[in-house]
Amino acid sequence: MKTLLKSSYLAAIYLFLYLPIIVLMGLSFNDSRHSLLWHGFTLHWYRALFHDHDLWIAAGHSLLLGLLAAIIATCIGALAAVSLYRYRFLGKNILNGLVFLLIVVPDIVLGIALLLLYNQLHLTLGFFSLLFAHITFCIPFVVVILTGRLSTIDRNMFLAAKDLGATEFTIIRRVVLPLLMPGIFVALLLSFALSFDDVVVSYFVSGPEYEILPLRVYAMARLGVKPELNALCSVIFLVTLFAAVGSQLLGRKKA
Amino acid sequence: MKPDTYFKRFSVTVVSLWLGLFALGAFLLVISVSFLSHSNDELITGPITLANYAALADMIYVKIFLRSLLLAGSCTVMSLVLGYPFAYLLARAPEKIKNTLLLLVIIPFWTSSLVRSYAIVALLKAQGILNTVLLSLGIIHQPLQLLFTDTAVMIGLVYNLLPFMILPLYANLERFDMNLVDAAKDLGASSWRILTRIIIPISMPGIMAGCILVLLPAMTLFYIPDLLGGAKSILLGNLIQMQFLSAHNWPLGAALSVVLTAFTGILVLVYRRYSTEQDRQDFV
Repeated sequence: MKTLLKSSYLAAIYLFLYLPIIVLMGLSFNDSRHSLLWHGFTLHWYRALFHDHDLWIAAGHSLLLGLLAAIIATCIGALAAVSLYRYRFLGKNILNGLVFLLIVVPDIVLGIALLLLYNQLHLTLGFFSLLFAHITFCIPFVVVILTGRLSTIDRNMFLAAKDLGATEFTIIRRVVLPLLMPGIFVALLLSFALSFDDVVVSYFVSGPEYEILPLRVYAMARLGVKPELNALCSVIFLVTLFAAVGSQLLGRKKA
Repeated sequence: MKPDTYFKRFSVTVVSLWLGLFALGAFLLVISVSFLSHSNDELITGPITLANYAALADMIYVKIFLRSLLLAGSCTVMSLVLGYPFAYLLARAPEKIKNTLLLLVIIPFWTSSLVRSYAIVALLKAQGILNTVLLSLGIIHQPLQLLFTDTAVMIGLVYNLLPFMILPLYANLERFDMNLVDAAKDLGASSWRILTRIIIPISMPGIMAGCILVLLPAMTLFYIPDLLGGAKSILLGNLIQMQFLSAHNWPLGAALSVVLTAFTGILVLVYRRYSTEQDRQDFV
């Protein structure tokens, strides 16, 4: 009896977490524009998405932005993690503090901070303003993931490599980098997911010329429930689902 | 200079330049702008003033801040009440299925929160079906209105932020030593006493981490009240957003952000004061 109660409690919470998405996916196949009652199966809304030219452009923008932001943030984040782990230098505490600050400061504050910065630098809002912003909010996540991995490495390995005459660059390239590889893959996938999903920061630093997918979804969602949007959201959910599950499996296997 | 230090110099320089400009520079700019004014022609202009902070003492802003805190606070309490037993059961689940169960909590954590908020809109819209059924059965006499109310905002926030409560609680409760419970039982403690005197006090750092991780986004996720709430559902996040995009009072928006960040800082400091290094590793 007690086990049944426990299982039903777990089930109820999972239902709460997944029911809205399941309903949304169901509605995306519903053959009716206005009614939310079931009117039969259709792929019409997905076909409409396929023919929406602007949508493809926004999706392409988001994809490009996510890829570049993930790659650059992972590079800078890896340099930061390695520097903070291996070296002593002037201002190390400040850098550590800045990474921490980026984690705790609310997204909305980072968004307006970057908007003010771009305004002062006279940088037009568009591709580059978004790219720099996405790189910046991905970096602390990369640093946290890679620092976690670095702390599991046996420090004697560095000493052994040094004893055998390896230069610092060789140690980084031949010892640190291979050991960090699984963490780097996880960091890349998570950065991509963060960039691809971001609404709050992008909302402040995007311009009319460079439309991205989450902001388009936001603009559409403000107008109400539409079957095309149900279909689009189902697709986005599945894409990020694959990235999330992929990164979890990768992280677990190699951990 | 030894060639060995080239790499060190290179990486420290790249990282310092990036974070110096896009983090330190940007945040300092927010602080400075919060002490400036605005005019009809210019978004930011002199003279230096404390007027923005003084304006925040106005009843309108105090009211919005308190409303926002109340809504975010109730959402945090709801998440804790729903999430604590869940995290406890998850931590005690059989090893075989534990990882799968955990992954099912992490998935919403990493998938678009906007998409999931829209799903709630669709679901509450579908209450039309529920209403029709209830009306025809005579259970209710007027259709229930959920969408565009504070209740809808609450549902949306709890739905979005529940994993942020569950994950730190789970990490904490997983380390909990069940022998303590057995020992207390042997000594004749009741289940209630075990819960309130042993399990809850020991998991306090997890509770605090979860509450901070829910409370802060709940105050600032402006698109949730925007999609689900009515005209009066304004959170602190919406207020800041309005200063920048419709009211065009950037200095006031900057002052609001400074206050919000200070509030965040205080919560994080309190947490750090009462937690150990081990606890903080759970802080996702």
